[in-house]
Amino acid sequence: MRDVAVIGVGCTEFGEHWGTSFRDLFVKAGALALEDAGVTGERIDALYVGNMSAGRFVEQEHIGALIADYAGLATNNTPSTRVEAACASGGLAFRQAVIAVASGMEDIVVAAGVEKMTDVGTGASVDMLASAADREWEGFAGATFPGLYAMIANDYMHRYPLTREQLAQVAVKNHENGAKNPIAQFRNRITVDTVLNSSLVADPLRLFDCSPITDGAAAVVVVPLERAREFTDSPVRVLASAQASDTIALHDRRDISTLDASVAAGKRAFAQARLTHKDIDMLEVHDCFTIAEICAIEDLGFCKKGEAGRLTADGATALDGEIPVNTSGGLKACGHPVGATGIKQIYEIVSQLRGEAAGRQVDAEIGMAHNVGGTGATVVVHILGA
Amino acid sequence: MSVSRFWRKIPQRYNLVGTQCTTCGRHFFPPRSLCPDCRRSGNIVDHKYTGEGTVVTYTVIRSASDQFEHTTPYALAVVELDEGPRLTTQIACPIEDVAIGMRVKSVFRRVAADGESGTIHYGTKFVPVE
Ligand SMILES: [Zn+2]
Repeated sequence: MRDVAVIGVGCTEFGEHWGTSFRDLFVKAGALALEDAGVTGERIDALYVGNMSAGRFVEQEHIGALIADYAGLATNNTPSTRVEAACASGGLAFRQAVIAVASGMEDIVVAAGVEKMTDVGTGASVDMLASAADREWEGFAGATFPGLYAMIANDYMHRYPLTREQLAQVAVKNHENGAKNPIAQFRNRITVDTVLNSSLVADPLRLFDCSPITDGAAAVVVVPLERAREFTDSPVRVLASAQASDTIALHDRRDISTLDASVAAGKRAFAQARLTHKDIDMLEVHDCFTIAEICAIEDLGFCKKGEAGRLTADGATALDGEIPVNTSGGLKACGHPVGATGIKQIYEIVSQLRGEAAGRQVDAEIGMAHNVGGTGATVVVHILGA
Repeated sequence: MSVSRFWRKIPQRYNLVGTQCTTCGRHFFPPRSLCPDCRRSGNIVDHKYTGEGTVVTYTVIRSASDQFEHTTPYALAVVELDEGPRLTTQIACPIEDVAIGMRVKSVFRRVAADGESGTIHYGTKFVPVE
């Protein structure tokens, strides 16, 4: 196996892009990544595109070919593959690109993620997102995606000392970071009261506990480490790429408020990179809901079960904390175009490790990305190092 | 949900019929046709559940998809059946009465209305045991 490095990254602004189509979003992110990498399109060996549900959001399937075409690569007949694992589609696309390069099959590979969610109404997108869980046995009973995470939150709060205020601090901290990120959907600061006074979506989760509906795309370029210096003076190494599965339905989990796939993928990543928690300087975790960030920090082993709420309230996960979490603003404030999120996490870590994160810059040499599909049926974890 | 997709699971949805692996004795609801413990050496038979269980966790859904919008707010729960398996279901009672650890039993109820086709879907919900 060959070592792999990221040589370029690009990301659109996240938000409601009414004037921009699905394919234009992707083209923009792809062009930014290639420009950053100093690579021209005809040199690309392959594309891997994370996308959850263009079929239902914009009634378009066959995304791989569409994207290769509009990226100007149809005349080169460049292979392009869509990768889907619900909200973990982006992380998984990155992993496929890493595997392709590590194996020696391909040299210059683009991993991208794109989602255009605002072309459908809220009711339709609620229904759509529920398909990341078990349609037949959760969705049929009336489970929404926030509803499933709300059941995780209630189970968690019944068993561990997490207060409603501590949970709100996750959103407050992520908005604080989002306010410093020029691509973030929300750049406004909020308070605990903003969260506690927002409307209930699924008890105990309120509107400000939930990540928004977002349009956006992100892309990165990976090459064998031995070739990285041909393109850049600041390559970022992929130190680990791990993935794990669990039951599709929340009700079948061993433990409702532990994502065993996060635990497994985290352990595999640490073993691959031969690193321990002390070596990680920053984390981008999958905070689709505030409770998800609490679970992620614990399930990845950064503290014991039941402690992440207090850590958050104490500021340990803030930009100037012991272990900054979601410096991008996370899914909550940066936005969550589902298929693009996992690639945006890589974009954020690379930006931080290269010292290009401006107002939200942290002192980091090694970062970890954690991307979740559904309520934890797929988890993808990457460790990157400067 | 398409009509054929719904009808396929009518015995399970209406009567709480799941499966059991006679090799290891493990019960499944929702039904599985492969035992995750025994895999190919498992032997799967139908099993009708008594319908009694306990609320493991719950929420109150305030904002739902179009199919369920007319019933909000409603209580949704993970219920552990006395035979062992867990399922996701609505609890048909005043929403403020639902609690973790509450004993419940299954009842046959209308679950969703499909706006486009006008089809009413029936299935199992749970109610508190008096
Ligand atoms: Zn068995």
